[in-house]
Amino acid sequence: MALTIPDIKRIAHLARIEINDSEADKTLNKLTGILALIEEMQAVDTTGISPMSHSQDVVQRLREDVVTASNQRDAFQRNAPAVDRGLYLVPKVIE
Amino acid sequence: MEWEVVIGLETHTQLRTKSKIFSGASTAYGAEPNTQACEVSIALPGVLPVLNKEAVQCAIKFGLAVDAEIAPRSVFSRKNYFYPDLPKGYQISQFELPVVGKGKMTIQVPATSKHEAYEKVIHITRAHLEEDAGKSLHGAVDDMSGIDLNRAGTPLLEIVTEPDMRSAAEAVAYAKKLHELVQWIGICDGNMQEGSFRCDVNVSVRPKGTTELGTRREIKNLNSFKFMQQAIVYETQWQIETLEDGGKIEQATVLFNPDTGETRAMRSKEEANDYRYFPDPDLLPLAITEADQAAIKSQMPELPEAMKARFESEYALSSYDASTLTSSKAIADYFESVIQAGGDAKLAANWVMGGVTAKLNTEDKTIVDSPINAATLAQLVIRIADGTISNNAGKQVFEAMWSGESDVDAIIEAKGLKQVSDTGAIEAMIDEVLTANATMVDEYKAGKEKAFNALVGQTMKASKGKANPAQVNALLKKKLDA
Repeated sequence: MALTIPDIKRIAHLARIEINDSEADKTLNKLTGILALIEEMQAVDTTGISPMSHSQDVVQRLREDVVTASNQRDAFQRNAPAVDRGLYLVPKVIE
Repeated sequence: MEWEVVIGLETHTQLRTKSKIFSGASTAYGAEPNTQACEVSIALPGVLPVLNKEAVQCAIKFGLAVDAEIAPRSVFSRKNYFYPDLPKGYQISQFELPVVGKGKMTIQVPATSKHEAYEKVIHITRAHLEEDAGKSLHGAVDDMSGIDLNRAGTPLLEIVTEPDMRSAAEAVAYAKKLHELVQWIGICDGNMQEGSFRCDVNVSVRPKGTTELGTRREIKNLNSFKFMQQAIVYETQWQIETLEDGGKIEQATVLFNPDTGETRAMRSKEEANDYRYFPDPDLLPLAITEADQAAIKSQMPELPEAMKARFESEYALSSYDASTLTSSKAIADYFESVIQAGGDAKLAANWVMGGVTAKLNTEDKTIVDSPINAATLAQLVIRIADGTISNNAGKQVFEAMWSGESDVDAIIEAKGLKQVSDTGAIEAMIDEVLTANATMVDEYKAGKEKAFNALVGQTMKASKGKANPAQVNALLKKKLDA
């Protein structure tokens, strides 16, 4: 599958990354290289090997259902650009 | 042309855990904004999710309750999109390998003027664990939106059905049954006002008799059964009219406006459907063993279907009665308490359904609010069964109990409702009635069965409704046929 400049622009937009035309060209080359590498790996015979979703063959450990976090709102909100009555403020979003 | 509506549901049930799905922050409802938003909830860099055991157990319980395949290994994925109430930029969900696979549920669709009540099997496609997002509040500050992340990370089980439903009534029957089931097995508090149980309904229409699915529109976030009914009826009509006018249905997400009773398309989020799911590298696969399942199964309450079957065999109830009495765990428990307190099963069933629940429905209350407790109702049922009062007189006692009196025998005494079962007294009344109604007696002797019922009626009237009807019948027959 060959990537095009519009593909790159769309991927960048989905990831909310601003990209200009010359950057788009460079990115197209890099991503095309990555896809070529994946294509090369596709050639490996994986018959009989079950797919893994994680690089290590271990399973998730579970946490007991206990409340351990305390209220640190004031500390966290010192990092926020704008807060009001405990709410984080962001530019208006309306659906 | 005749049209058929095709409906499938996706329901977000909030799981009843103390802490969030991937962190130790509290899930309690109604706290001050952001006081339950820990570093994981607000997605500070470097934090890691750790899965809540209780949330997993809730999912297993649900899987067992709908007779579903439970995945020995399931995987958490990232669903990527940008919205201010999702600070990570992705929601942790499950995609290719959900924890609960295909299952099924039997629903009871109530009778209408057009059809009898019927049962139908609804197939569950899957159910998966995921985290909830935060809340956006608009309007408090000009040109800004306020974000409260208390809800971010609350565990949800999203339950998806096949497009099996064919009317708003079936969709509502399914939603109600599911709502009851998740409370029955204790995984969700069912509080719809607080958003613990939210339904998205996919609706499409097609010419009746065809098999291809039409283009669907998804009605989002319905949090009441009444709105669900209204929204589906409106949406179905809208789609049919659009198609009949030569229009086309565009796939869309719509919102229901309870004030106008209409659905309208949301402005489509740009690229909204490209979520670029991939396995979350922060979480390892979730393993569930047979032993885990068995341990949970042993702690689960008797399920509605099993209880229904038991009511039919143990108490000789009809399938309809048994399913009505098991429509909620509270009603089933109440009914069994009446029996344990000595009430006859069939009578108890009639009084729980026709008396208590009918009255609760008209007053828009649930069984926990019933002014008559199970033990008191049992006393009433006992007095009807032992012939002290007639079923009809029972209604007067019931009314008195409903308004707060609790001593059944005292009510019977005070209202003079005691049934006359004294053979001599009844015979005397019958003799009077026979003398006063000689024409009816002749009619009966000429073969008119109706005349007999009229004579029973006269005798009951003479006794002011207090004579034991069975005795009246028997004695009257004996006298007339003598």
